Amino acid sequence: MPGAVLEMIGVSKGFPGVRALADVDFRLFPGEIHALMGENGAGKSTLIKVLTGVHAADAGEVRLGGDRVSVTGPQHAQTLGISTVYQEVNLCPNLTVAENVFIGREPSKAGAIRWREIRRRAAELLTRFHVDVDPGVRLGACSLAIQQLVAIVRAVDISAKVLILDEPTSSLDRDEVEQLFTVMRRLRDDGVAILFVSHFLDQVYEVSDRMTVLRNGRLVGEFPTADLSRIDLVGHMTGRMLSTLEQLHVPEETARVQAEPVLKAQGVGRRGSIAPFDLEIHPGEVVGLAGLLGSGRTEAVRLMFGADVADSGTVALGGKPVSLRGPNIAIDHGVAFCPENRKSEGLIEDLTVGENIVLALQAANGWLRPLSQAKRQELVGRYMTALRINPADPDMPARNLSGGNQQKVLLARWLITQPKLLILDEPTRGIDVGAKAEIQKLVVSLAEDGVAVLFVSAELEEVLRISHKIEVLRDRRLIAEIGNIGSVTPEGILEIIANGTTS
Amino acid sequence: MTTLGMRGPVRIRREHAAVLVTFGLLVAMFAAGSIVYPGFGSGQVVVDLFIDNGFLLVIAIGMTFVILTGGIDLSVGAVAALSAMLCAFLLEQWHWPVAAVLPLVLLVGIGFGFGMGYVIHHFEIQPFIATLAGMFLARGLCFVISIDQISITNPFFTEWAQTRIPLGEETNLTPTVLIGLAVLAGAFWTLHYTRFGRAVYAIGGSAQSALLMGLPVARTRIGAYMVSGLCSSLGGLLFAFYTISASGLHEVGTELDAIAAVVIGGTLLTGGSGYVVGTALGVMLLGTIQTMLRFQGTLSSWWTRIAIGVLLLLFILLQRLLGSSRTRR
Repeated sequence: MPGAVLEMIGVSKGFPGVRALADVDFRLFPGEIHALMGENGAGKSTLIKVLTGVHAADAGEVRLGGDRVSVTGPQHAQTLGISTVYQEVNLCPNLTVAENVFIGREPSKAGAIRWREIRRRAAELLTRFHVDVDPGVRLGACSLAIQQLVAIVRAVDISAKVLILDEPTSSLDRDEVEQLFTVMRRLRDDGVAILFVSHFLDQVYEVSDRMTVLRNGRLVGEFPTADLSRIDLVGHMTGRMLSTLEQLHVPEETARVQAEPVLKAQGVGRRGSIAPFDLEIHPGEVVGLAGLLGSGRTEAVRLMFGADVADSGTVALGGKPVSLRGPNIAIDHGVAFCPENRKSEGLIEDLTVGENIVLALQAANGWLRPLSQAKRQELVGRYMTALRINPADPDMPARNLSGGNQQKVLLARWLITQPKLLILDEPTRGIDVGAKAEIQKLVVSLAEDGVAVLFVSAELEEVLRISHKIEVLRDRRLIAEIGNIGSVTPEGILEIIANGTTS
Repeated sequence: MTTLGMRGPVRIRREHAAVLVTFGLLVAMFAAGSIVYPGFGSGQVVVDLFIDNGFLLVIAIGMTFVILTGGIDLSVGAVAALSAMLCAFLLEQWHWPVAAVLPLVLLVGIGFGFGMGYVIHHFEIQPFIATLAGMFLARGLCFVISIDQISITNPFFTEWAQTRIPLGEETNLTPTVLIGLAVLAGAFWTLHYTRFGRAVYAIGGSAQSALLMGLPVARTRIGAYMVSGLCSSLGGLLFAFYTISASGLHEVGTELDAIAAVVIGGTLLTGGSGYVVGTALGVMLLGTIQTMLRFQGTLSSWWTRIAIGVLLLLFILLQRLLGSSRTRR
């Protein structure tokens, strides 16, 4: 093998409170497509940002063609021969395809841009890469795939040593992905080193030659794609080497399935976010959503709450068809949603605990009918005791609470509205074990009281412990639904996630 | 219209629709005027449109640059008034030579544009607020120079005001018309055949992308405000030539007329799409409405405002329609 065109040796990068990259080595050879794998937060984007000079590494070095370089910014990276094409196409939609390829470096004569030359050269380049588009057409009128390819053509025409593709396929359909892969293979054969980031395992296996796996900012290893099975890859990514995991009590299946479903979704999906899926939740049922980070879990539950609007399918709440155009409609039908990011999307940190708790109820009542002080205190007191929110001071600013207690405040907010369906997105992330157990217990007891719960968690054990039914997601697609009977194990679910089949 | 698109980046595309609509409306309006009012359909009326609105044309062209980048410049009227005041003051009180005064005044306009562009870009201030501050500053400075109107008696100015360039038998041009057309041609060339001009469009399309594509965003954005400052200054001078006087009360509200002309000419307020030719048509359309009211004779001049208001609304709705059918693709 020839020498590496790009090498990172012992690179570390920290942000306040986070170690994003710790002593990572990385090599990229000319003429290869190299996949960078890892869950969200594994350090993929940080690594790319160090390579493109957006962030400076705290330690370690980057070598380009054997020489040590310090990249100062995307512009500098480009002059060194490292070009990046992001998921969001960074071109100007109001200009023509040809102009997007050449803007900033237009051929000109006596100060005047030579449009004919631009169009001719753009047409040549597009033909060379087999991109079938009229160079005179406005970029915004092209499909996303074409825009992405135009971005690649521009990047390669400027500097063609290293090409970084950051999730280029996430909003493309199958044919468009094929078109992109064709161009990628052609570039590889021309000797370009391509770094490819994607959440889609199938695509990674289809196009990449080698892969580097990161987990929690650390290098797990560098593998030839052909030598690494999918199950091993998922194992490396999640750090769960399928050792025996503690097996816990699994709630038995009951006759609740007979009842009218609280939520019935048919063919609900949103382009670029999650493929259409069916979902039924009955009263008193806990449905767990399992899948890798980025597999579409949050996207799925946001559709159920109307936080995002689905572009296909129908939803019935309590047997009645409902058009979920916004969260207020879902709330009116008794749906409550605790978002994943409790700090930015749920809790209002400057308000007190008590104020946070009554927020949803007040909103449901309407602003013209304020809750009386006495009623408020009674409710807040009741739920703070029930959920054991600690410290038990309703007048404390919510920001001063620990993560677990903040989560309980959010739960209290929704429980107070007595929802029929409670959607919990990662309610136990980042909180300590004790609080975790309490929240799990609470979910189970809510279900016993007849509340339907849709539960998202990255921890398979947790999903298995409390759900009656598990929906498995992969690559933004719901691929399996399994009743949680005794024989289901985290390993079994991992295998489904890795292979896409129930074996 | 199509002749403009022969070799340039321009072809008949959807963005042209708005310009064509404006053009059609202008022709229809003019035809209607010619039928209803005798004497309306003469070449001199057309030329008068340029003569009476030459200063607005120049100012609106500068405004087009700024709006194409996605910004707005509210200071244009005040900068124009200040330029005229400064010019009149230096000529009449200090008796400076014309050859020194004119370049100096234009430099002041450019300087104003630079200052506002610098603040907008480097401190990330909303263009609306930054240029509003510039507007108050320039307007205030007018009254620092003089509270009263200054009449200009400088022979260069009085001669200029009387100069007529014959065009055919009954039609006469003024130098203002020629300057306006030259500015229009220069602006068109700059926007379509220079890197600066293309960067103006790119920033209007997506400033973030322009930055990542390595375009000189800072230079271009500030440059657009400098062009606007220069055009305002020149517009102010043209207005001074036209009225042979200067006053701090002149050209109040011109910024709004200019914005209206730009929008009616088919330029998107969000930036990235539009043509100076459209702006020229917009100015002509506003001028035609005024001329029609003048021929009509009995209607109050406020009807001009009402007509402009209705037109603006229509054109913004039209843009919305064109724009939404574009994003749906």
